[in-house]
Order: sequence, then C-alpha cells, then structure tokens
Amino acid sequence: MSSHLSTAEQPGWGFSTGTVSLLAGAVALGALIIAANAADPMMAAHAWLFFFLTVGGLLITGLWAGGRNGLNPFDPAFYEDTIVKFGVAASMFWGIAGFLVGLIIALQLSFPGVFYFPELGWTNFGRLRPLHTSAVIFAFGGNVLIATSFYVVQRTCRTRLAGGMWPWFVFWGYNLFIVIAATGYLLGVTQSREYAEPEWYADLWLTLVWVAYLLVFLGTLWKRREPHIYVANWFYLSFIVTIAMLHIVNNLAIPVSLTGSKSYSLFSGVQDALTQWWYGHNAVGFFLTTGFLAMMYYFIPKKVNRPVYSYRLSIVHFWSLIFIYIWAGPHHLHYTALPQWAQTLGMVFSIMLWMPSWGGMINGVMTLSGAWDKLRTDPVVRMMIVALAFYGMSTFEGPLMSVRAVNSLSHYTEWGIAHVHSGSMGWVGFISFGALYCLTPWLWKRKALFSTALVEWHFWLATLGILFYIVAMYVAGITEGFMWRAYNEFGFLEYSFIETVKAKHIMYIVRTAGGALYLIGALLMAYNLVRTALGHGEARDAEAVPAPAPAQSPALQPAE
Amino acid sequence: MSFMKRHAAVERHSLLLTVGILAVVSIGGLVEIAPLFYLENTIEKVQGMRPFTPLELKGRNIYIREGCYTCHSQMVRPLRDEVERYGHYSLAAESMYDHPFQWGSKRTGPDLARVGNKYSDEWHLDHLIDPRSVVPDSIMPPYAFLAKKKLQFDGIEDDLKALRLAGVPYTDDMIANARADLVAQASPNMDYDAEDALVARYEAIAERKGTLKISDYDLNPAEITEMDALIAYLQMTGTLVDFSTYEADDLNNRR
Repeated sequence: MSSHLSTAEQPGWGFSTGTVSLLAGAVALGALIIAANAADPMMAAHAWLFFFLTVGGLLITGLWAGGRNGLNPFDPAFYEDTIVKFGVAASMFWGIAGFLVGLIIALQLSFPGVFYFPELGWTNFGRLRPLHTSAVIFAFGGNVLIATSFYVVQRTCRTRLAGGMWPWFVFWGYNLFIVIAATGYLLGVTQSREYAEPEWYADLWLTLVWVAYLLVFLGTLWKRREPHIYVANWFYLSFIVTIAMLHIVNNLAIPVSLTGSKSYSLFSGVQDALTQWWYGHNAVGFFLTTGFLAMMYYFIPKKVNRPVYSYRLSIVHFWSLIFIYIWAGPHHLHYTALPQWAQTLGMVFSIMLWMPSWGGMINGVMTLSGAWDKLRTDPVVRMMIVALAFYGMSTFEGPLMSVRAVNSLSHYTEWGIAHVHSGSMGWVGFISFGALYCLTPWLWKRKALFSTALVEWHFWLATLGILFYIVAMYVAGITEGFMWRAYNEFGFLEYSFIETVKAKHIMYIVRTAGGALYLIGALLMAYNLVRTALGHGEARDAEAVPAPAPAQSPALQPAE
Repeated sequence: MSFMKRHAAVERHSLLLTVGILAVVSIGGLVEIAPLFYLENTIEKVQGMRPFTPLELKGRNIYIREGCYTCHSQMVRPLRDEVERYGHYSLAAESMYDHPFQWGSKRTGPDLARVGNKYSDEWHLDHLIDPRSVVPDSIMPPYAFLAKKKLQFDGIEDDLKALRLAGVPYTDDMIANARADLVAQASPNMDYDAEDALVARYEAIAERKGTLKISDYDLNPAEITEMDALIAYLQMTGTLVDFSTYEADDLNNRR
C-alpha cells in the first residue's frame, strides 16, 4: 500500500492544479455565455455569480499553486490541514447564519404583524424556510462533514489527501453551491422538493463537486498506509456514495430552456412523491446520520482515549443501518394516495431501523467504559454523549411516528418539527460542536481550548434551548393534532382550522426563546474557537506535531 | 469468527466496500419505487383530469416559487375529520399531471387540495394582499406585491413543451395557442372566440364540462398580474375529478 505514496504525489499536484483550472475556466466561460443570453433575471444573476466566483477561484488557484515563499502548498510530507481549518471556519459561519434564519422565521410565526413586509416577497416565510433548512443541513452540516472527513481519512490512512488541488475544488465548489442555493431561495428559484430545492444547474454543479469528493476520498483510501480501512471511513464512504445516488435520481428534471432557471421534474404525482421522500428520508439517513456517526467513531474514542466499544457491533451496525434506512421513505406518505403496500413496507422497515440505530448509539456511549469521569470533567465529551442521547431519543421516536396509527395524529403537525429538531439540534448539532471543539486546538496546535467555562455555558444554554424548543413543539403538535380531529356532542367538527393556529401562539413564543438560546450558545462557541485559534487564554502553543505521524493511537484501530 | 475474517476482505479493499455499499443501498428504492411506474392500479382511472391551462400553470409556478408548500399540504387523507373538513380524500389520479407534486409535509395553514371554488376570487384577493384583514388570527405572510407584478409569459410555449416531454398530454394546438389561452382565461368578455377555443381545447381532454373558469381574478382588467395566475390556480385545485362517477369500491381502485 505504501510503495507508491510519496512519488505519486509529486507530479500529481501540478497536474491537479491544471485540471481544476481547466474545469473552472470552462465553467466560467459557460456561465458568461448563459449570462449574456439569460431567459430570466434570476438565471442572469446566478450566471454572473458563477462567472465571478469561478474567475476569482481561478486567480486564487494560480497564486496559491504558484507557491508562497517558495513553499510547496501540496508537500506530501504533511497532512492537508489548511483545508480543514477553512472547513471549521465555514462550518461555524454557516451554522450561525442558519440558526439566525431559523430564529427569524420562528419570530415570523409568533408575531406575523411585526416580521412580515407586504411588498418584500423575499422576506416571507415561504422563501426563508428553505434558506433555514438548507443552511443548517447542507451549509453547516455539509461543511462539518467535508472538513471532518478530510481530517479523519488522512489520520486513519496515515497519508495526505489525494488529488492535490482537487480537495480545494471540492471545498470551494461545495460552498459555491451553497451560495447559489441560498441566493436562489431569496430570488424565488426553487424546485419545491424539500431539502432538494436548488434548480437544475445548481444540481449539475453539485454533481460535479460530489464526484470529485468521492474520487478524492477513494484516492486517499487507495494510498493509505494502514492495511484496514477504519470504521469511520466506511460511514463517510456510505454517506458520499448514497448521497450521490439520491441526488441524481431525485433531481431528474427537464429544464424549460438551457438559459432559464425553471425546470419541471421528470416524474409526477405518486411516483414523484415517493422519489422525493425516498430522497428526503435518506438525506436524514445518509447526510445527517451516517456521516455524523463517522464523527462519533473517530472523535469520541480519540477524545476519551479508549477503543471503540465493539468491533463486531460496528460491522453489524453499519450494514444493517444502511440496508434498512433506504426503505423507510414511504412513512412520510401514510394515508396518502401512495399504494398501501408501499406505505406498509416503509412502516415495517422504519420499525426495524430502531435496532441498528440503537446499536450504533450503544457502541458510541459504551466507548466511554473506563472513562465515565470525563462526562463530569470534560464538557466536550459530555456534549458528544448527549448528542448520542438525542440520537437514541429521536431514532426511537422516528419508528414510533412511522406507525400508521400514530402518524395519523402526528403528521402535518408541529410534532414533526419537534422530532426533526431533537435530531438536528440535539444529535447533528451537538456531535458537530463536539468535533469542532476537538479539531480547533488540534489543527492550530494549541494545548487546550481558550476557555472550558465557555464550553460549559454553551452546553447548558444549548441543552436548555433544545428542551424549550422540543417541549413547546410537542405540546403544540399534539394539541393541534387532537383539535383537528375533535368532534362536539352533535357530531360536528369542534374547531375551525384558525382556532388550532391560535392555540399554538404561546408555544410558538417558547419555541422562539429556545432557538434564541441555541443561537447564543453557538455565538459563544464561535468566540471561543476564534480565541483558541489565536492562541489566547488556556490555548497556548502545543509541541509541534510532525506529520504524517506514525500510527497515533493503536487504540483507534479495532480492525487490527 | 469466520464472519469477521470474511469481513476483513471488505475492510482491505476500498472498491469492494464501495460496490458493496452501492448494492446494499440500492435494493430498497428499487423494490419500492420501480413498481409504481408499471403497476397499473397505482393510479385510478377517473373522469375529468386534464393538464393545467397556461394561466393555471403560471399560477402553480408562483405557488412553488413563494414556497406555499412549506405550510400547505395538498393531500386530503381518508380520515373522517379530514374528509369532513376538506372534502373527498385525494386520489392518485388528481396529481398525475403535477410536475412536481405538491402534497406537502406540514399544515401550518390548512390543506389546499380542494380549496378551488370554496371561496370567491375577491376573498382570495383580499386574503393574499393582507391575510389578517379576513382572518384576524392568521399567521400567513402577505402577498400584496403579486397584485402589482405584471405576469411574464413570453416563453409559456416552452413550459408546455417541457411538460409534454415529461409526459403531460399537451396537444400541438394547446402549445401553439398557449399565449392566447392565457390571456383569454384572465380576460372575461373580451374575445368570446378565444374563450370558446380555450374551453374546447381543455374540455376535450377532460371529457367533462365545467372544469374551466374564466375570470378577472385580481379585479384589475388593465393588466394580467401574478395575482391573476395564482388565484386561477387556487380556484381550480381539486375541482377536476367527477366524483359522481368515481367508484371507490371498484376492484381496480383498491390498492
């Protein structure tokens, strides 16, 4: 495995810079042509955005690859950590942006008279809601995934990232996609497919970026200096491969014109609905679960310096989770016009999904065996273990809600909102915060975080915020669910729809308060990470760590 | 431990791992989604379905653009309270020309699958301009700007052509007359021949009379606005199928 490592890298970097530049140049040229012939103003805006950002990217690529102070930026003797640093910064930025938009739309639902503007369509809930979901899932979550996967795959393979300039293409290309998606929502460019709203040209661009991501990841695995592929990498790989499949199939569409932003989905009605929720549920399964489980499998053992609890459980967990997850989509379509056999299959597999989910949770939590005191002393460890507690809670709740009878009450209500937020704020948010708190001192070579006390504050503010949020939404959801189906003694529906809306007002305000606490926690975190990177407070320089280091902790290699 | 030893092969070969993952994650989707395209009883046979008229299609695109689906579902479930609140439960056939579907996932506002003809055009106009003027406790955003935005429909033929490529039965006649049809539907008592031609074109496919509404939806005869299109779309949702001839208990409709 190791024979062709250092030699293969040398001629590689000039070649990779050339190919990335060629691709960026081609895209810039195409964007310029479309910008000149755009059929609608939204397409014109996006084509210019593509043009300027790819040209900007080209210029920076040229400067960078030209070498600064005679240093080779692609020196194979070192890990590629600069890109991970950029990823940490981008994650924090998008996280705060996403939480802020969430807070704004929560305020809109609480105080519609104050936070809506009749003449400003782009500030309405309908356009900001996809901005919020995409910002937290794809901008925050996606950047955390790319950054951590690039960090983890290098350490566990003990080799530098493959592809020279290509990882940079993945990082900047992905963030360009985010900018196109976000501005598109505000301009009213959307496919209306939840969590897949960006239009056809953004989807094509993401496909390019994603293929590059897969190849960089596989390329790094190919030149690894470890005989086994570490378990975290199985999870990252399943995330990358499956998201590629889901993204391509769910976004099959026919553009009205090659110079226009609008497209029509290839499928319609029932088939379109199931394709979308096959995608939608597995965006949860493979974007928000397997990728973040990979973080669990690397950062928890590393942080507490204990091996993963069970190697056998991780094998069973992995294959059963990815096999069963993909079937669960139809539980989003109970009692709809989807044929009942498909609904039943979705329900059965959703219930089965409970077991691998909890298997994974147990594997993560029990990794603390012999180091339980860290829960008390290390708030970063506590954050990651509480993330697993939320993971366990929402993966129990999910199967419950997928039972048709329960779903008849919970579907379309705020219960669903509570469920996704216990999963996203509790599981995805906390495991990401944990990973970023680990990464920052490691990347900037600091002995510790700037302030552990601030981490404590973040932990408690965010935990309290989640509890406010989800309890309010459970109450609101179950209240409206029962009110919708309530009958009076004469056999008529008891409540008009608007009475059920009115009943949720106080709960909407409590939810907003919870979201605000969560955002404040994230702001404290950003401050803490910046001060850590700058080397302030407790974050003094650590000893320089040479890289690629020898196997850093054999305890992390259960495959051995 | 032989199982563990065999798994080591997958852990040592990244391509084997990749192919294994792809195979394992493909199965569920293939089994659940693929049959929907060829099983004949996935979509019931009903009378009355027709493609959207150009004005309705434009309105539907505005509905999508503004993210109405984030708060409104279009799927009445076969539950007693929903059928009484919203009307007959939704059939698969009713969204057969929906590219993309708009079933939604959340009811922050009420279901809109059958909102068509439930309220007057004037009510919709007032409600969209200022929701709280007609429903004081509403938390819906205002859409006053739609009434001031002139509807852009220069390339409407291309929209119909793209949809025909995706399987919607638009005829050459419909595509050639798309602009005229759009204008006619929003301009009552202007050009009776154009109105008759529009109705004839779409009722021929629906095989049912009375599914087409011609009206000056935004009460502004001077121009065709985005408000015209959106209200035209809202006023036709759920009105196409003839439920007097639909037999729910027919063996072919049991799915």
